[in-house]
Amino acid sequence: MAKYKMHVLVCGGTGCKASQSAQIVENLKAVLTENGLQDEVQVITTGCFGFCEKGPIVKMMPDNTFYTQVKPEDARTIVEEHIIKGRKVTNLLYTDPENNEHVSDSKHMGFYKKQIRIALRNCGFIDPENIDESISRGGYEALGKCLSEMKPEDVIQEIKLSGLRGRGGGGFPTGLKWEIASKNHADQKYVVCNADEGDPGAFMDRSIMEGDPHSIIEAMAICGYAIGATKGLVYIRAEYPLAIDRLQIAIKQAREYGLLGQDIMGSGFDFDIELRYGAGAFVCGEETALIHSMEGKRGEPTFKPPFPAVSGYLGKPTNVNNVETFANIPVIITKGADWFNKIGTEKSKGTKVFALAGQINNVGLIEVPMGITLREVIYEIGGGIKDGKEFKAVQTGGPSGGCLTKKHLDTPIDYDNLIAAGSMMGSGGMVVMDETSCMVSIAKFYLEFTCEESCGKCTPCRIGNKRLCEMLTKISKGNGTMEDLYELRNLAAVIKDTALCGLGQTSPNPVLSTLDNFWDEYVEHVVDKKCRAGVCKSLMSYEIDQTKCVGCTACARNCPVGAIKGEKKMPHTIDPAVCIKCGACIERCKFGAISIK
Amino acid sequence: MTKVKSLADLKAMREKFQSNLDVREKSNNQEEMVQIKVAMATCGIASGAKQIMEYMMEKADAMKIRVVFTQTGCMGYCHAEPTIEVKVPGRDPLVFGHVDNKKADEIFEKYILNNEMVDGIIPVNYEVIDK
Ligand SMILES: Cc1cc2nc3c(=O)[nH]c(=O)nc-3n(C[C@H](O)[C@H](O)[C@H](O)COP(=O)(O)O)c2cc1C
Repeated sequence: MAKYKMHVLVCGGTGCKASQSAQIVENLKAVLTENGLQDEVQVITTGCFGFCEKGPIVKMMPDNTFYTQVKPEDARTIVEEHIIKGRKVTNLLYTDPENNEHVSDSKHMGFYKKQIRIALRNCGFIDPENIDESISRGGYEALGKCLSEMKPEDVIQEIKLSGLRGRGGGGFPTGLKWEIASKNHADQKYVVCNADEGDPGAFMDRSIMEGDPHSIIEAMAICGYAIGATKGLVYIRAEYPLAIDRLQIAIKQAREYGLLGQDIMGSGFDFDIELRYGAGAFVCGEETALIHSMEGKRGEPTFKPPFPAVSGYLGKPTNVNNVETFANIPVIITKGADWFNKIGTEKSKGTKVFALAGQINNVGLIEVPMGITLREVIYEIGGGIKDGKEFKAVQTGGPSGGCLTKKHLDTPIDYDNLIAAGSMMGSGGMVVMDETSCMVSIAKFYLEFTCEESCGKCTPCRIGNKRLCEMLTKISKGNGTMEDLYELRNLAAVIKDTALCGLGQTSPNPVLSTLDNFWDEYVEHVVDKKCRAGVCKSLMSYEIDQTKCVGCTACARNCPVGAIKGEKKMPHTIDPAVCIKCGACIERCKFGAISIK
Repeated sequence: MTKVKSLADLKAMREKFQSNLDVREKSNNQEEMVQIKVAMATCGIASGAKQIMEYMMEKADAMKIRVVFTQTGCMGYCHAEPTIEVKVPGRDPLVFGHVDNKKADEIFEKYILNNEMVDGIIPVNYEVIDK
C-alpha cells in the first residue's frame, strides 16, 4: 500500500457539501494526478470540522494548516503552492479578527482553544465512509473490551460512575436508565437511537452521524450487551439524507467485519441495527411518540408511566438514548469513568455539543466542557456579536427552552444551572441575539412553531398554545393590555401543569422566560405601543420630515395603498391609518426625508 | 472479507491500519515530536530530496522515532542541496546540507538520538518570522 506523505482533509458535512466541497475534492485529485502526486498525497472527505461559518474547510496534514472558504478553483493553488512549493496560501488562511493576523494552525484559533472533543473526537479527522479509519482510532475496541472483559452489570456500573446524563434534552442519568432496562426481563428488548433532532437550528446529532457513524453503532451494541437486547433501531428523520447514507454504509461495513451480526468477536453476543425513517415532526422526538411512529402508528405521545424501559417498542422493554449520548459511551468504556467524571461540574459530567447560530461571528458546531460560561462560549469561541452590535440574549433549549440575558453571562453552563435560570440545556441549540431582536417576536416565533408541531392529542397543548400565540400576536400588533400580560403568565402555568407530554409541558418556557427577563419590553409594547428593536411593524410609524421633503412625488407614486398625499414641489405627508408600513417609500426617497418612529 | 473474530484480532487490525493515519495523528502534537523539513524546490528535487525523504521516513519507522515530515520550499542553500531542517523538541532547529543516506543515518543515530554533533550543519543567520 502506498504510504502517503501528506493528507488533505476536506469537510464533507452537509453545510460544506452545499458549498461544493465535493467539487474541491475532485479538483484536488485531478491536479494531484496531473503532477504525478496521487500516490504521495491522499485526499480524504471527512465529517464536519464545526467551523461552518467559514466553510468549506480544507485542512493540510501533517503541518495542520487550516484553509477556510475554499472554492473549487482554489484546488490548483493549494496543490501548486502548498504541496509542491511548500508555501502557505495566505489568502485562504483564517484571519484572527482581533489582530488581523493570519492563523495557520487551527490549534491557535480562538474557536478551537476552549473546546474538548469527546463526542466529536473523530469528526473532521477520519473518513466516515471507511471503517478502517475508525478502527485505527480505536473504534469498536470499547465493544471488544465489554464483550471480553466486562459483565453487563460492569458496563452499567461504569456508565453510572461516569455520571453521563442524556444529551437529548432531559438529562436523565444514562447508567440508571440502562439498569432499569436490564432488570426488566423479556424475550426481546430493543435499543433505540433517537436521531430525530427536531429543534430549529440544531445540527449536533446530524454532524455526529455524518462524521463518525461507527461510534453510534458501537455504542448501541454496547448498550444492547448491557441491557440484554439483540436489536437496535435508529429513528432518523428523512430530511437527513447524508446522515442516512453514511449510517447505512457504516452498518454494512460493520456487518462485513462481523462487528454487527451473530457472535460478535467470538463472544456469543448477537446484535444488529436497522434504520427507521421519520417524517420530520418535532413531537416524534419525544420517546413515546417516536416509538409509536416506529410501530407504524400516529406519532402521538402517551402518558408515562409505563416508561419505554418497561414497555416500549412492540410492548417490549426499550432503551431510548440520544445520538450524542451514545457517542460518549465508547470513550467512557475505553478511558474509564474516572477519566470522564473529572470533566464538567458536580452534577453534569463531560462535555456538551452546541450548535451556535444567530447574530454571532463564528456560527458552527462546538463541543465544550460542562461548566464553561456563556461569556466564554459567545465571546471567545463564538468570536462575539456580529457587526460589533450589543449582546441581548441567547436562546437555549429550542422551543422548550428560554432566553438567557447579560446577567447570566457568567453562569457556568450545566443542566441544573440552566433550569434555575429559566431555560434548559435541551439538545444543544444556541441562538444568539443582538439588540435588533424583539423579545415578544422571539416568544411568538417559538409559539408558532409549537402550534404547528403540536400533535393535537391533549387540549392544553392544542388550544392553550394557540391562545398564547394569539395573545402574543395581539401584543405585537399594539392591541395588548396589561391584563394580557398577566393572563399570559396564568395560561402558561396551566399548560405546563396539565399537558400530556414534554412538548406541551415545556412549550410556554419561551414566553415565561422572556416575561421574566424582558418584562420592560413587554410593558413598552402594551403601554407605550413601542417596539424598541423595530421589529413589530404595527408599532412603527413612518413620518416625512417636512424640512427635507422637496415634493418630488416619488414616494406617493410608489405607495401601494395611496397613503401619501401632497402637492408637487410641496412637502408630503403620510396618513398613518392607511399606511401598511411596507417601507417602499423609504427605499424611493432620495432625500432621506422619511424615517421610522 | 476478513472477519474480526476477537478483541485481539481487532487490535491487530488497528495496528495494521494505524500507520495510514499517522500523518494526521502526528499533526495534533507536532511540538512534542521531531520535525524534519525537507527543501523540495526544483533544486532540492533535482539533487535527490525526494529519495532522501523517503529513506528517512523508512529509517524513522524502523527506529520507532515519531517524526513529522513536511516539505518546504527552497531554503536558499542551493549549493548544499539536499538540505533538511531538523527540530528536536527542546533544541534549536538545525539545518543540514548535502544530505545523503549515510548522512541521514548519522543524523538519526547521533544527533536525534544522542544529541551528538554531526558534520554538515549550515549556520543559520536568519530568524524565521512566519511561524
Ligand atoms: C417535544 C420533544 C421533542 C424531543 N425531541 C428529541 C430529539 O429530537 N432528540 C432526542 O434525542 N431527544 C428528544 N426528546 C427527548 C426524548 O423524549 C428522550 O428523553 C431522549 O431521547 C432520551 O435520550 P437521552 O437520555 O440520551 O437524552 C424530545 C422530547 C420532547 C418532549
